[in-house]
Amino acid sequence: MRSSLTAQLLIAVLGWGIALLMFFPIFWMVLTSFKTEGAAIATPPQLIFAPTLESYAEVQSRADYLSFAFNSIAVSVGGTVLALAFAIPGAYAMAFHPSTRTRGTLLWMLSTKMLPPVGVLVPIYLLFRGAGLLDTRIGLILIYGLMNLPIVVWMLFTFFKEMPNDILEAGRMDGAKAWGEVWYLLLPLTLPGVASTGLLSLILCWNEAFWSLNLTSSAAAPLTTFIASFSSPEGLFFAKLSAASTVAVAPILVFGWLSQRQLVRGLTFGAVK
Amino acid sequence: MATLTLREIQKSYGSLSVIKNIDLEVADREFVVFVGPSGCGKSTLLRMIAGLEEISGGDLIIDGQRMNDIGPADRGLAMVFQSYALYPHMTVRQNMGFALRLARVPKAEREKKVAEAARILQLEPYLDRKPGQMSGGQRQRVAIGRAIVRNPKIFLFDEPLSNLDAALRGQMRIELARLHEELNATMIYVTHDQVEAMTMADKIVVLQAGVIEQVGTPLQLYHHPANLFVAGFIGSPRMNFLKGRVTGLDGTGLSVDLPSGARVALPVETATVGTGDAVTLGLRPEALRLDPQGPLGGTVRLVERLGGLTLIHVDLDRDGPVIVQIEGSDGTAPHQSVRLGVDPAAGQVFDGTGKALPHLVRHPLTH
Ligand SMILES: Nc1ncnc2c1ncn2[C@@H]1O[C@H](COP(=O)(O)OP(=O)(O)O)[C@@H](O)[C@H]1O
Ligand SMILES: [Mg+2]
Repeated sequence: MRSSLTAQLLIAVLGWGIALLMFFPIFWMVLTSFKTEGAAIATPPQLIFAPTLESYAEVQSRADYLSFAFNSIAVSVGGTVLALAFAIPGAYAMAFHPSTRTRGTLLWMLSTKMLPPVGVLVPIYLLFRGAGLLDTRIGLILIYGLMNLPIVVWMLFTFFKEMPNDILEAGRMDGAKAWGEVWYLLLPLTLPGVASTGLLSLILCWNEAFWSLNLTSSAAAPLTTFIASFSSPEGLFFAKLSAASTVAVAPILVFGWLSQRQLVRGLTFGAVK
Repeated sequence: MATLTLREIQKSYGSLSVIKNIDLEVADREFVVFVGPSGCGKSTLLRMIAGLEEISGGDLIIDGQRMNDIGPADRGLAMVFQSYALYPHMTVRQNMGFALRLARVPKAEREKKVAEAARILQLEPYLDRKPGQMSGGQRQRVAIGRAIVRNPKIFLFDEPLSNLDAALRGQMRIELARLHEELNATMIYVTHDQVEAMTMADKIVVLQAGVIEQVGTPLQLYHHPANLFVAGFIGSPRMNFLKGRVTGLDGTGLSVDLPSGARVALPVETATVGTGDAVTLGLRPEALRLDPQGPLGGTVRLVERLGGLTLIHVDLDRDGPVIVQIEGSDGTAPHQSVRLGVDPAAGQVFDGTGKALPHLVRHPLTH
């Protein structure tokens, strides 16, 4: 009894410690965004200071936040929908109608994530230029969808594997074709898993910077590009950069906060069922 | 109207052959039971009929039409799974109506058919519950209801009662037999339980290791098993087997000497055996009786008194253990020495390969 209490206490302390450690950079960024440029680089760092909104005003006057934010939402949602549209049938086939090559296909899909993206930057750039996809939302949706496809397929595959095959077979006997099985039985029954997969994909798309910086300039540029535009090789920019970052991550933070219950439920789906 | 023909049906997983050349006819409105030990291929065979498992070779013919390459959705069959496989996110009503909804049957007609099935299965009070809120027996009835609503050509059952407790199992057996009567439907039922097979089947198919051992009515299998396997599998308590040698034969049967020297004469065909051949005697527990003049002698080891029946376990002198079944309550006590008589009309003889020698006295109910 006593030892288990100590263990619980230890775990709680450890949990809080890790949470604080991970939260600290975000906390510091938000703090910095309310400082003047001078205060932002003062040594020692200041915890007590007179807050100011001047960085936010400066950021909004230099770039149109809303247009970047709209692009972020469009490409994140678009990329996620695209990935799910391909991954759901793919994972269904691999989970319920496996062939001898299914295992290999899954591993191969995952292995593509081990290649550094910069390795395919030039060919992709040239393809995009040729196809007129540079600085378009469609182009970014395509690349985001493909980028997340392996992870989305893997997660869905794992969730689908939890589903008893009998229920789908019963559906087949009841006259359901493949689409009917997926739509009426598989998706409703694995919804927590599918939803958390979608949420993860949304977050990954939102935070993606490499492709958006290289493939967009203005028309389709999302918030990651917006942040980058505030880092400059000369002059003071930490407060402005922090302000830009704060407004860029705020939506996804709020979204993540609201959906955390769903996320946790999805990720522990197998254990709870 | 629904008939089923299997012609040289085979199934293999890679190089592993699971079903080997099965030929079978199922007549319209027949209740056929596939029975056999676990792993013999019953489910595989049923799933091939259903369309859930690909057929490796042979022809599957339903109502005269070859169905090998038709998907499960289009074969017009319904299946009840061992796990029930209800849709957990749907109510009982939606579960039963799902097939009709997929077939775009108008809502009013759908409701009518679901209500009718619910009435037959006494599920009316539960129509708006989810499967998770029901007991095993109720879930099983929903699974059956789901099949009834579709009005299928053939009902397929894969061990539907094996997740229920003994009392409920007995009750559901009767209910299924009643349902077969009431629906006038063709049914194929898979089980490893020979009691289920005996009580429900019009025709039993005994399977072992992917091969049909015998097809027949319950009483044909019981009174005239084709071989040692069927003889041992059908019937409870099990048939007694005694090893012996043929010592004499003529047109009226043969006599067998047991190791103890006891001699038993049985009326079977003798064309395929000769004097001196090793054979196995098969004696059902009720074919033995206590008889001071009987040929077999031994010591009572254990007595099971069931009230209406008494099972006496006897260790025969040198011939092995047997079980004797006697009507009514009997006072025989353990350690007592007894002598046993044999009813020749109920005894079987199996040759060295395990094949039964055809009996010259057919049981009147097995023609
Ligand atoms: N997918 C499969 N791959 C390989 N072997 C299988 C597969 N499914 C079933 N088997 C084998 O086929 C045999 C028959 O199985 P099954 O039809 O389930 O038996 P039963 O229902 O009579 O218990 C078993 O030996 C089993 O191991
Ligand atoms: Mg089985």
